[in-house]
Amino acid sequence: MRIAITIAALLLAPALADAQTIAITGAKIYPVSGPVIDRGTVLIRDGKIAAVGADVAIPSDAQRIDAAGKVVTPGLVNGATTLGVQEIGAVRTTVETRARGRDQVAAAFSVWDGFNPASVLLQGARNGGVTSVLIAPSGGLISGQAAMVHLVDGDLRDMLLRTPVGMVATIGNAQAAAAGSRGEVLLRLREILEDARAYRTRRADYERAQTRPFAASRLDLEALQPVLAGTEPLVIDVNKASDIEAALELGRRYNLRLIVAGGAEAWMVADKLAAAKVPVLTGAMNNIPEAFAQLGQRQENAGLLAKAGVPVVIVGNAGGGDEEAFNVRNVRFEAGNAVAYGMDATAALRAITLTPAEVFGVSDRVGSLAPGKDADVVVWSGDPFEFATQPEHVLIGGRDAMARSRQDLLEQRYKSLPPTYRRP
Amino acid sequence: MRPNAAGVGPGGVSVPNADPFPSTYRPYPSRPTVIRNVAILTAAGPAIRNGAVLLENGKITQVGASVTAPADAVVIDGSGKYLTPGIIDTHSHIGAGGAPGDPGAQTDDVNEATNPVTANVWVEHSVWPQDPQFPRSLAGGVTTLQVLPGSANLIGGRSVVLKVVPSRTAQGMKFPGAKYGLKMACGENPKRVYAQRGPSTRMGNVAGYRAAWIAAERYRRQWDKWNATHQGDPPQRDLGLETLAEVLRGNILVHNHCYRADEMATMMDIAHEFGYKIRSFHHGVEAYKIADLLARDSISASVWADWGAFKLEAADAVRGNLGLLTKAGVRAITHSDDASGEQRLVQESAKGMAEANRIGIPITEDEAIKWNTINPAWALGLEDRIGSIEVGKNADVVLWSGDPFSVYSRPEKVWIDGAMLFDRLDPSQRWRTDFELGFVPPPSGGTR
Repeated sequence: MRIAITIAALLLAPALADAQTIAITGAKIYPVSGPVIDRGTVLIRDGKIAAVGADVAIPSDAQRIDAAGKVVTPGLVNGATTLGVQEIGAVRTTVETRARGRDQVAAAFSVWDGFNPASVLLQGARNGGVTSVLIAPSGGLISGQAAMVHLVDGDLRDMLLRTPVGMVATIGNAQAAAAGSRGEVLLRLREILEDARAYRTRRADYERAQTRPFAASRLDLEALQPVLAGTEPLVIDVNKASDIEAALELGRRYNLRLIVAGGAEAWMVADKLAAAKVPVLTGAMNNIPEAFAQLGQRQENAGLLAKAGVPVVIVGNAGGGDEEAFNVRNVRFEAGNAVAYGMDATAALRAITLTPAEVFGVSDRVGSLAPGKDADVVVWSGDPFEFATQPEHVLIGGRDAMARSRQDLLEQRYKSLPPTYRRP
Repeated sequence: MRPNAAGVGPGGVSVPNADPFPSTYRPYPSRPTVIRNVAILTAAGPAIRNGAVLLENGKITQVGASVTAPADAVVIDGSGKYLTPGIIDTHSHIGAGGAPGDPGAQTDDVNEATNPVTANVWVEHSVWPQDPQFPRSLAGGVTTLQVLPGSANLIGGRSVVLKVVPSRTAQGMKFPGAKYGLKMACGENPKRVYAQRGPSTRMGNVAGYRAAWIAAERYRRQWDKWNATHQGDPPQRDLGLETLAEVLRGNILVHNHCYRADEMATMMDIAHEFGYKIRSFHHGVEAYKIADLLARDSISASVWADWGAFKLEAADAVRGNLGLLTKAGVRAITHSDDASGEQRLVQESAKGMAEANRIGIPITEDEAIKWNTINPAWALGLEDRIGSIEVGKNADVVLWSGDPFSVYSRPEKVWIDGAMLFDRLDPSQRWRTDFELGFVPPPSGGTR
């Protein structure tokens, strides 16, 4: 990465030195945690936000970034990705999102164990203004545990913001769960949760083999303890309105913290989700009744949920072009489409910054421009939701995170034909 | 005795018939319509910033700063809005791959993956006109689309060009007079699908195409000879070879799914060997690497703006593809291959335009709109009838709520052959397929 940054320094617009103090001046600032500042300064010191405001004193040693006429936002947070745990979708040896588990249960599976900090896809995400991502497992009845990853240049330890941030399970897809029906999916979830509860009080008996057989392995039962304690949310992949209601009932019965993922028909039960304070991860670019569980899918979903008071995280949901890995950067266009379909623009920006940070418990670090937060800052050439807008500076933890991606190198090579394979 | 219109030759045997499933499309009723005070992206030259068009009898009859309208014309004020030609998608599977797609719904009729060469299938026989994806594409401004068979096979079968209109049959949607296309596919998909029985390698793929064309040459000679003389029994018909022979005669256009640059170059050599033309490479993820070769052979490139990395042959996807192709003089086309993306094809072009400009290839909206209109029209052989706002063209136009390259804009009204078939401001008139009735909640008007 050091080499890449050196190349960037040579080839890109003025790159930032690793200054200790940076002042981004003159920009329209969207702190997200507070009101918009029409013309202000973001002051960064030692990798953290030091001050944000219209009248910020700029120390003499600060490196200045003149951002007059530009827009500044927090680094974007994409709440549904496989970044770093999937390189090439069809190449099984590069896909680390699934565990075989036992009978479709893999609660103990920690998807970040397979994370590849050298994935070439990371740079494309950074260059697109995305600075933190949720990485989530998939498949089966209980897929495993998700993590929040900070896209700093470093190793896994540097990059993990928080683990685990959610236990991923499905309700609406009986086939994926190898169950015969929706009812059986719910039955199995209840059985596993009850066994996890029994296991909690009978660990010693379990070790002496003096319990009845449990419906999940020891490690899975252990992994479910924070879910039962309400300290780790259960992220339920569910689309159909009646399945969402079943998820809410499950949450009530076991006192779980729920997050709905997918939520195609969530707008139909928006009031119930709002009352239960259950966040929804959904997109704004799919209106196709592509399954009988998604007949009510519509692009107004995110806006309607937000209006009802549901915490909304906007994620890709059109399902094309590998939006969870290669096109993590497109989440800002998903937000723009949400606005086109009725969502308030302020809410839409929050839905790709602070709300996912809150929902996954990392808002003390990322998601807003407030003093003390990590200096994840993007300077945009204009409205971040617009296609014509480019990120001009991306800082993660106060450091320049822009560099030539693999895609940039290919474009560079083939910009003239026949290509130049060797530098003159 | 000449074959009659039904394709019956001497002695009552069937003989090749160019049109056994003819279009029954009739334009929907229309009234003369003026759209004025509107920014027009014509796809035929510079934008008209404050212009007007007149649609009459299904055609565009006037375009300019102002038009002279008949007294009974419907007048639509386009202040603050944009008008573009109807959006055209060269690569759709809707209707053939219907929604919902649950297991057991049996709505996936895209790949006849039972033989590596199925030139005998016609995708129109898979098209379900009640697929709820059709009205959604219309609402996205799509007026013409090509439905293709899938890419499991080396040769997948005939495509069909449809107008996006309500109809009880696929024939009622067929674009009158449009040529058929032939779907061919390179690379990973065929070799993966046929790994056990073959072809299992890229060299096996190439041997498969060549064997098919060798058989087609012989078949063509036999029929051309019989057609010239009508002596004796006609040769035995073979539906697959009939289609391939029509490609060799230049009557069917080749649409070739191909990702990698080197494989596209090989496919061009095969086309030269057998004397046919490739009209468009589809997906063309690496088309930018051989843009000069595509320009040399006048092959268009139907590509995504930014799909990539879902398989190794898609790993070199770059957002600059559309811009790099345009710079090299290739007819670049933004295609979808996706029922959701098809609804936002101009947004996809907007990404390509932004990236081109970022890497120093100036692309204006006047140029980028061609990726969605006149260039795909050319790929379908319909550039004389659709794809631009010019006098004499079919009145297929889209009125956008704002600049179509903005994320906030959406089609507000869509006309096909002069008939307004979509009006976002009037949800009560929205086309709902039979499937949707009762199953799918009715649409709202949205808010912007």
